[in-house]
Amino acid sequence: MADLPLLSVKRLLKRFGGLIATDHVDIDVGAGETHALIGPNGAGKTTFIAQIQGELSPDAGAIIFSGRDIAREAAWRRAQQGLARSFQITSVFLQFTALTNVILAVQAQAGHSFRIRRAAVDEPALVEPAQAALAAIGLGDRAHVRAVALSHGEQRQLELAMALAMRPKLLLLDEPMAGMGRQDTARMTEILRKLKTQYSMLLVEHDMSAVEALADRVSVLVAGRVVATGSFAQIRADAHVRAAYLGEKHR
Amino acid sequence: MRRPSPRLLLACVLFILLALAPILTIFVGNDYPLIVLTRVLILAMAAVSLDLILGYGGMVSLGHAAFLGLGAYAVGIMTTEGVTSGLVQWPLAILLTALVALVIGALSLRTRGVYFILVTLAFAQMIYFVSVGLDAYGGEDGLVVPTRSRFSVLDLSDRTSFYFLCLVLLFAAIAFVAHLARTRFGLVLRGAAMNERRMRALGFPVYRYRLAAFVIAGALCGLAGILLANHSEFVSPSIMNWGRSADLIIMVVLGGIGSAVGPLLGAMVFMLAEETLSHLTTYWQLIFGPLILIFVRFARSGLIGLFPERSGDG
Repeated sequence: MADLPLLSVKRLLKRFGGLIATDHVDIDVGAGETHALIGPNGAGKTTFIAQIQGELSPDAGAIIFSGRDIAREAAWRRAQQGLARSFQITSVFLQFTALTNVILAVQAQAGHSFRIRRAAVDEPALVEPAQAALAAIGLGDRAHVRAVALSHGEQRQLELAMALAMRPKLLLLDEPMAGMGRQDTARMTEILRKLKTQYSMLLVEHDMSAVEALADRVSVLVAGRVVATGSFAQIRADAHVRAAYLGEKHR
Repeated sequence: MRRPSPRLLLACVLFILLALAPILTIFVGNDYPLIVLTRVLILAMAAVSLDLILGYGGMVSLGHAAFLGLGAYAVGIMTTEGVTSGLVQWPLAILLTALVALVIGALSLRTRGVYFILVTLAFAQMIYFVSVGLDAYGGEDGLVVPTRSRFSVLDLSDRTSFYFLCLVLLFAAIAFVAHLARTRFGLVLRGAAMNERRMRALGFPVYRYRLAAFVIAGALCGLAGILLANHSEFVSPSIMNWGRSADLIIMVVLGGIGSAVGPLLGAMVFMLAEETLSHLTTYWQLIFGPLILIFVRFARSGLIGLFPERSGDG
């Protein structure tokens, strides 16, 4: 069973009225692999990620994760089984400090939360892993700043720190560089390059230099369909992809 | 050693002032201030319990007074039936409120936003009309509670003892809610209010935590109802009139939502306004309403906003 992929999406289908947002998509992510999902705006990348994570439910198809079909399971159960999503549009707890944001992520994976004996910030079992996740992402010295007061780039880092603190088997990263400047993008790419050795990732990204640096395989999504899967070099050379991205029809 | 936060100091000052208040009765020469203040403490406790779900949990319940009524009626009915021991009455009354809160919460927490407000209101109205229909126990006219709950160590019919009991229980409730907010459970409750979508993505089944908070808040409000029945020695459907639920929300918002001690401030100001303005005119709410509007416009974090929190979430 060693060669069974960690995530195997089969014939996934999602309709919004007459629009087919996900059109019989097949994608695999192997253990340890970083699989990038690219495609033009509106191709259905975020919709796809949301179905894997559980926020949206697919109309048909299977999502085999660690050998089980999770397509009908609640989002919180999938998270507890090791699926961690970071959001394209930053989604953190703005009134909590960065540290508390990450504490919640640690806590989510540490059994039930019907615990009322001690303040969470006084529990080393929560604070220490949270601090470690912040440090790993370069936010260690911003732990006690409220998320609302962090810069955009820092909030993006916090997103990622929260996903890491869940100790996931698979990271679902939805445009981790969204809205970042050139410098921040380079820094985030560097952070992800280090993480890539320890985690399996499904990465949605527009920044091609980041995709080139990170992805083991690339799939191209156009209008809800996967039109190509392969190495970055193969994809760059693929005529379908050029047509989709650059409008080079009938070459 | 950390310096105590302004809010902790505020709570201590309020406790000391309220503990000294019975001296007032010596100067005034009658029990009236004490009776009014006892009522303030009891309604403050109901407001504190509401703050747990409204302020920390983001659940705007417009039916919270139902739990006040349930606690009060439980005591009233048991006393009428000859069960006067507090050790029997109180746990049973709290258990009853908790159970009803469990049922109401289980159903209403499946809805969101304005629907939640309406569903909680609808349940509270149902309980209200049940109490109106209780002909054996006074129906619309209400029910006289002939004796206060009996405890071997404490005589509740002594006004000063009863006042101190309410004071201690209120501050215990404030301390409990403030502590709860900082625990794992509290973080989940507050996190779900701030960003429910993220909570699910992190792996939290938020419904069950909200339901637990709803039950705790209901039971705590039931305790306030028990005290109210003992205080007034009378229970009637008007205890759980929907306007009362709205009053509780006003107290929480006025004092400062999600602050545990804020609702006490809110209750004090609310009842002070009721006392003074209602002497001026029967339509005191005509004056009080605009004052609240102005206040909320300029001080969105409530009276508690005057006492800044320490930074961090501790």
